[in-house]
Amino acid sequence: MFKKILKPFARFFDFQARTHYRMERHSMALTFGIIAAASVGGIVEIAPLFTIDDTVEADPNMRVYTPLEQAGRDIYIREGCYACHSQMIRTLRDEVERYGPYSLAVESQYDHPMLWGSKRTGPDLARLGDKYSDDWQVRHLVNPRDLVPESVMPQYAFLLETLLRTDDLSDRLSALRAVGVPYTDEMILNAAYDATGQANPDGPHADGVTERYGDATAVRYFDGRSDWVTEMDALVAYLQILGKLTDLPEQMQPVAEE
Amino acid sequence: MMSNLTGAERTKAMIITGFGAMVGLLMAIVGHDDPMGAHGWITLLFFGVLFFVVGNAFYDPEPTEDRAALYYDDPTKVGIILALLWAVVGMSMGVWVASQLAWPDLRFDAAWSSFGRLRPVHTSGVIFGFGGNALIATSYHIMQRTSRARMPDQISPWFVLLGFNLFCILAASGYIMGITQSKEYAEPEWYADLWLVVVWVVYFILYMRTLARRNEPHIYVANWYYLSFILVVAILHIVNNLALPASLTGAKSYSLFSGVQDAMTQWWYGHNAVAFFLTTGFLGMLYYFLPKRAERPIYSYRLSILSFWGIVFFYIWVGSHHLHYTALPYWVQTLGMTFSIMLLVPSWASAGNALMTLNGAWHKVRDDATLRFMMVAAVFYGLSTFEGSFMAIRPVNGLSHYTDWTIGHVHSGAMGWVAMITFGSIYALVPVLWRRETMYSWKAVEWHFWLALTGTVIYVFAMWNSGIIQGLMWRTYNEAGTLRYSFVDSLVAMHPYYIARAFGGLLFLTGACICLWNVVMTIRRVPLLAPALDYPTSSEAMEPAVPAAE
Repeated sequence: MFKKILKPFARFFDFQARTHYRMERHSMALTFGIIAAASVGGIVEIAPLFTIDDTVEADPNMRVYTPLEQAGRDIYIREGCYACHSQMIRTLRDEVERYGPYSLAVESQYDHPMLWGSKRTGPDLARLGDKYSDDWQVRHLVNPRDLVPESVMPQYAFLLETLLRTDDLSDRLSALRAVGVPYTDEMILNAAYDATGQANPDGPHADGVTERYGDATAVRYFDGRSDWVTEMDALVAYLQILGKLTDLPEQMQPVAEE
Repeated sequence: MMSNLTGAERTKAMIITGFGAMVGLLMAIVGHDDPMGAHGWITLLFFGVLFFVVGNAFYDPEPTEDRAALYYDDPTKVGIILALLWAVVGMSMGVWVASQLAWPDLRFDAAWSSFGRLRPVHTSGVIFGFGGNALIATSYHIMQRTSRARMPDQISPWFVLLGFNLFCILAASGYIMGITQSKEYAEPEWYADLWLVVVWVVYFILYMRTLARRNEPHIYVANWYYLSFILVVAILHIVNNLALPASLTGAKSYSLFSGVQDAMTQWWYGHNAVAFFLTTGFLGMLYYFLPKRAERPIYSYRLSILSFWGIVFFYIWVGSHHLHYTALPYWVQTLGMTFSIMLLVPSWASAGNALMTLNGAWHKVRDDATLRFMMVAAVFYGLSTFEGSFMAIRPVNGLSHYTDWTIGHVHSGAMGWVAMITFGSIYALVPVLWRRETMYSWKAVEWHFWLALTGTVIYVFAMWNSGIIQGLMWRTYNEAGTLRYSFVDSLVAMHPYYIARAFGGLLFLTGACICLWNVVMTIRRVPLLAPALDYPTSSEAMEPAVPAAE
């Protein structure tokens, strides 16, 4: 059956088979052939994303993550939250109505790596920031089924008992600067202070945070505890900033495609 | 195992494992206040054990027989056993995380046992642990047989096999401790990634050196596929894992790319891990073991050329179909969709070529569960590649993306195609490798076949149903023009399907356990029988390595 369908192409196949019959006697010919054939697609699709300017919208007011938020993001990654939650609202009417304005490329331009996700066992989190109170987030993380009885999310009560490690935050910020996030020397130098300061509004380091990251930066007892800066502080600070690094999506007031 | 190594090779093995142990110790010391330190101890233990195993047999008598007259099968044997052990571990993890979605308290409140940390243990366990070991082991077997030549040395095959397993151990233990890059199917951190590059380069050189010794003028098609698997996985792995460690004494690193470029690179990698890890390597298995077992030549040489180059060229373009309707530029999405549809041609050419090869041997498919595994694998390969092309169409993807449909699709490929062809190949390979008359129990093979098939069908149907229901519920409007269902409504609707899915997975896992038992019993109980003509030779007169075309 196949042979009948392919009959019109017989000459092409003859030529191809003869050429290949010679080529497959040489392992290096196969090697270079495979590398060449497999390179084209990646080069054509990926390389232009770095060179075409309008791939990512420009927003000079885009803010970077504070050290506390970045630490929270690292915890989000460590716990594998991205396995069930996306951070990418598609340009579909129902998604825009459910979650908010669709996601722009600029919103994740400082995300190394991006956390767009691939599966929604839980809802999208791209615009989670300020949707719920800190208290709701903490109680939900401690035991999701206290607030949403149907939830299948794991409990993260241990975050409330785990002190946040801040001594490596300067290293982390400076690595992020090396890959393209515009942290200043001052931000890198004070990373550990800023992390504790942001979660301790009455402490000595709180002012530095707003000084370096802007007056709009939330400085609160995110986990409700005033004694220690915990991993819960960091994670909640991160969740509360999701979708709020830039107001470009609201400004553009995007209308969904469908 | 050790008795086949010469004195010089034993010395070399001592040096390599000793050096590895020292690197492990160094990691443990500099990373003492970071999870990387734990990986240092694991590395030290891994190489330390190997060091003592080699050292213990160091002064044993050296091999005396002419080794060039035999194939070197010791690493293949170990690889097959490791593949089956990883299968049991990886699939158990799968059943566990699937059960967590149905009964969320099954995590027993520990930090390490949440869905987010265990899920990559499942995916890496089955893809790299089970799939990777099976690929390495079968490639050793196939490259020697189709080249009619023994491997060039006895150290590098061990280095590749055991080095790869160290990578798998670092990956799985890392996720449990929270060490992850978050890039799906590329989660291990920078030092594990660097180690894999070393292993992979040695693997490629080993393959080329074996091919260079071949006593056949032509390189058989199975080898083209294994070669593309080795080469392209290297390219993908290196580019997608480009990252800057926050410090050399810690595990954490940050990806060189961000946002949209990172998303495209990740899914260029992600989908081609499916292509060049889970497809081409296993097609190599299919192209060797299916004609061997059916005792029929491959239906069409030309079709295999067409499908090989079609797959290598088209697949690399399709990753962007994971990013429809996202912030990725529209033209890239369209390219991904277009090539995904074109990809159906070479994919079905492969599946068709395999099934047409069985013409004249269908009575064997009926009677022989081993061959039936391979036949069903080819059918599922055809089905899931069709489904994949279909799901890559933008509006279809609008419904299917982010839902369980994707999970169903992946598992119809992973269970129906990849695992089935692997089990079929293992049942065909084990008696040859250990020089046994046959498998210990053919009834167990039948049981395994039907458990695997039933498990796959239950799993896939459950996920099709839940995925489509989920996708439809998210976009259903009521008469007032507002969204009809909350997210939680859609979650509640998933519950029965999550139970069915866990059950399907359990059946599949049971089959894998039976397979491991059957292989062990074959090695222990079945009488020896040396297969005819299974040794390196340049004689043209003997029967071909693979059934030749008439």
